[in-house]
Amino acid sequence: MNSATEKKLDPDQINVILATDCGSTTTKAILIEKVNGEYRQTYRGEAPTTVEEPAADVTVGVVNAVTEVGELAGRKLIDENDEIIRPAQGDVGCDIYISTSSAGGGLQMMVAGVVREMSAASAKRAALGAGAIVMDTICSNDKRLPHEQIQRIRELRPDMILLAGGTDGGTQKHVVQLAELIAPAKPQPRFGGTYKMPIIYAGNQEATELVEEAFDEDVKLTTVANVRPVLEQENLAPARDAIHDLFLEHVMAHAPGYNKLISWADAPIMPTPGAVGNILQTIAERQGINALGVDIGGATTDVFSVFDGTFNRTVSANLGMSYSISNVCASATLPMILRWVHLNMDPRALQNHIKNKMIRPTTIPQTREALVFEQAVAREALRLAYIQHKEFATTLKGVQQQRTVGDTFSQETSGQSIVDNMKLNLLVGSGGVLSHAPNMQQTAAMMIDAFEPEGMTVLAKDSIFMMPHLGVLAQVHPAAALQVFERDCLIYLGTCIAPRGFYKAGKTCFEYKITGKTLNESGEMVCGDMRLFPLGDDEWASVSVEPRRGYDFGAGSGKRVEFKARGGTVGLILDARGRPLMVPADESRHLAELNSWVEELKLYPEVT
Amino acid sequence: MTQAYSPGLQVRRQTLHSSRRILPIPGDVLVKVGEQVTAQQIVAQTFMPGDVTPINVANQISVAPAEVPGCMLFQEGDEVQVGDLLARSKGIFGFFKSETKAKTAGTIESISHVTGQVILRGAPLPIQVRAYQAGIIKEVIPGQGVVIESQVTFLQGILGIGGEAYGKIQFACQIKDQPLTEDLLDESIKGKIVIGGARMTGTAVKRGIELGAAAIVSGGIDDEDLKEILGYDLGVAVTGSEHLGTTLIITEGFGDIAMADRTFNLLKEREGAEAAVNGTTQIRAGVLRPEIVIPLDISMTSDSSAEDVEVTSGLLETGVPVRIIRDPYFGLLGEVGEMPTELRTLESGSQSRVLEVILDSGEKVIVPRANVELIEG
Repeated sequence: MNSATEKKLDPDQINVILATDCGSTTTKAILIEKVNGEYRQTYRGEAPTTVEEPAADVTVGVVNAVTEVGELAGRKLIDENDEIIRPAQGDVGCDIYISTSSAGGGLQMMVAGVVREMSAASAKRAALGAGAIVMDTICSNDKRLPHEQIQRIRELRPDMILLAGGTDGGTQKHVVQLAELIAPAKPQPRFGGTYKMPIIYAGNQEATELVEEAFDEDVKLTTVANVRPVLEQENLAPARDAIHDLFLEHVMAHAPGYNKLISWADAPIMPTPGAVGNILQTIAERQGINALGVDIGGATTDVFSVFDGTFNRTVSANLGMSYSISNVCASATLPMILRWVHLNMDPRALQNHIKNKMIRPTTIPQTREALVFEQAVAREALRLAYIQHKEFATTLKGVQQQRTVGDTFSQETSGQSIVDNMKLNLLVGSGGVLSHAPNMQQTAAMMIDAFEPEGMTVLAKDSIFMMPHLGVLAQVHPAAALQVFERDCLIYLGTCIAPRGFYKAGKTCFEYKITGKTLNESGEMVCGDMRLFPLGDDEWASVSVEPRRGYDFGAGSGKRVEFKARGGTVGLILDARGRPLMVPADESRHLAELNSWVEELKLYPEVT
Repeated sequence: MTQAYSPGLQVRRQTLHSSRRILPIPGDVLVKVGEQVTAQQIVAQTFMPGDVTPINVANQISVAPAEVPGCMLFQEGDEVQVGDLLARSKGIFGFFKSETKAKTAGTIESISHVTGQVILRGAPLPIQVRAYQAGIIKEVIPGQGVVIESQVTFLQGILGIGGEAYGKIQFACQIKDQPLTEDLLDESIKGKIVIGGARMTGTAVKRGIELGAAAIVSGGIDDEDLKEILGYDLGVAVTGSEHLGTTLIITEGFGDIAMADRTFNLLKEREGAEAAVNGTTQIRAGVLRPEIVIPLDISMTSDSSAEDVEVTSGLLETGVPVRIIRDPYFGLLGEVGEMPTELRTLESGSQSRVLEVILDSGEKVIVPRANVELIEG
């Protein structure tokens, strides 16, 4: 399938690693070198992704990004034939080359299931977990007429379709009915006129033959284990694996230049989100914590979460900072974006500015005003993507809850979101606007405003958007991936401490006492206050907070809590703006508060 | 680094251009290699499978799904007309029979004994492909379509609304920085490709649509105007299927922005010529730009089209003409000066690789490399 999988690599002989990530907008390249016996990330470069005309070959962008890295590193990485030089000899070439990709718009899928909240939800989770964008969900109860569903399949031209439905041994009729709807639609693939649309069947195993009968030779049907074999259980791995295989074999191979890229790489090319998900799961598992990760890109924003060991991933297609920036503004509305802007700006000019960024997505902000506005848009993109994630990452729907006498007054039903900001331990930000923010305070502020962490949450960022590279490197050289991850990738920004409870103008929110080696402070936080205390990397402080009634740090309303807070490049942030975060309705008051936050966090210092 | 890659828009006086005109599904090619075709000539056609109507016969005649094949009065492959009796239940002792009639005409594609569902497929839908570019048929791809080739003047815009349109080029604005307003338009623009200068106003676009202009091309448009014309906010730059009646193309961007000199002058040279335009735009992976294709008469073509042959696509280096595509210098034109290798700190605080642009006014400004676009020609 992939020539790269057959290459044998001796980890001890690997001293220079070249990795690229072909994003929808830019192709990033990094160099990892063995320095004094340790693997360190040393240089990086980037160039526009080139799946489009006139290049129409993804490897052109790779060569450009790698050339930049080579120039910065003083190492010749590309030969006269525009190919990567291997193995490394002196200051020429590299030992291995690996890549991830979300170019070509990523993997775009449709899922179909009998009931939206059950089998269709499980199918969607499997597709998202595999790194796909789910374009639409077809199900028996989606309130569309059959011909409308068929028309939708025809219009969307997904890369593949995942069909699920029925528990094993349960009803067959409905899932066969869905197959009978998909078959006559004769879905056409996006790339390549010759390849057959892959359809994965992951439903009632007893209906397999009947489903096979419904399809003819126009599609490539693959059957895997049921994603929901019984109501109370999901089995997503076989469907995810099948999606990955078919993605590599069919979809990626038909995108411009991918065959060449596949032949260059020393390990199978992974979809970027799949690689980032791998890394986040590793962090949560190793540290035994609940973690949330976000990767904000040009076209999409991916949110990953691990709560109590359960991994979920969502892709918010059309919430991004370049191609989709206009959609963020349309979804969030301009007033919602402007609530994060402390400078005077002309709305008409801003609207044109947004559209100009949409049509020329690779540009970067040169002025302070442009940066402030772009970071305001990012907050809304992140916030909207997080709402979508919370709605999706739920307990299994349709499963009866076991109740005891103690639950008598609990109204909890099935399908509750498992994402709980109070239980969140680590929040990791990645993607251009977060990774490349000129100062770390800006990254921390964007994440706090968008995700509204409650209780105590450690904030970190992917230093230079390296998580995808390391996700794939972990597959071929786990030791190198781990070393680079710990030393160069994850930058701890510090800790945010904030209570749950509504903003009440002028009222005290909580009292605090901080005790540490270098930091000893105490005081009172009034609603709307933000305070930043310097607490260096590898430093820890004891923080005791005593909330007023109506505010909760996790122990209950008004109850005192003690935290052990971790420092970082930003420090310790106390946030008394209330949760859910609301800004004052009065414009002048809001602007005054906004300016006080900007000043306190030193968000936009003058550049000399 | 003295060179870098940067995408740009093509503006070419004379180039050998080819259009690949392919059917979405296999069909018949109606022309031969070497044949001269006009822009609006149909070169290939096919029929798409008709619309599908699922009918739940089991429910309609109150029988079990397994009994449906036995109750059908037509078989798979049979054609049915509206009102034809599709199925009849066997009833009880031959009485109380239920029936169902076809509400749409079509061919019976399948009869399911599992779901009791009958799939009826409507009449095939014809799909035709026009030549779009007047020229010679260079290649016939059997069953799929053709490749047409000719010497053309070729210009790319930055964003378009609406699909393919044809007409003669007619100027409404006489200078490149004159806004296209409604008072500049009259009945003479019917069926024409109207060229403006700077921003096309919302009222001018509405007037153009009323008067039946085939297309309007100008430097910019205001976002608020576009929203009003479309009736919705454009979320992502994926367009082409809008049905305004007139195709719109902006060559520079959003706001009050004049058409680039080179683009305006080139269009001026071809005033009165028959052209084809396509507003279809997809600014994401697999980018598609709106375009204006103006075939050249043989008398106008020169043998040496060296200026096109020598162009190295996407290469940014000292001396090449560029357009700045981000504030604070948005829309300004110039040429690349120095290209320092080291990173510079911008006013925003970000570090970036930059280049010097020598503006047409002679002023030198420093901008991030990502914020310029090549003017390819």
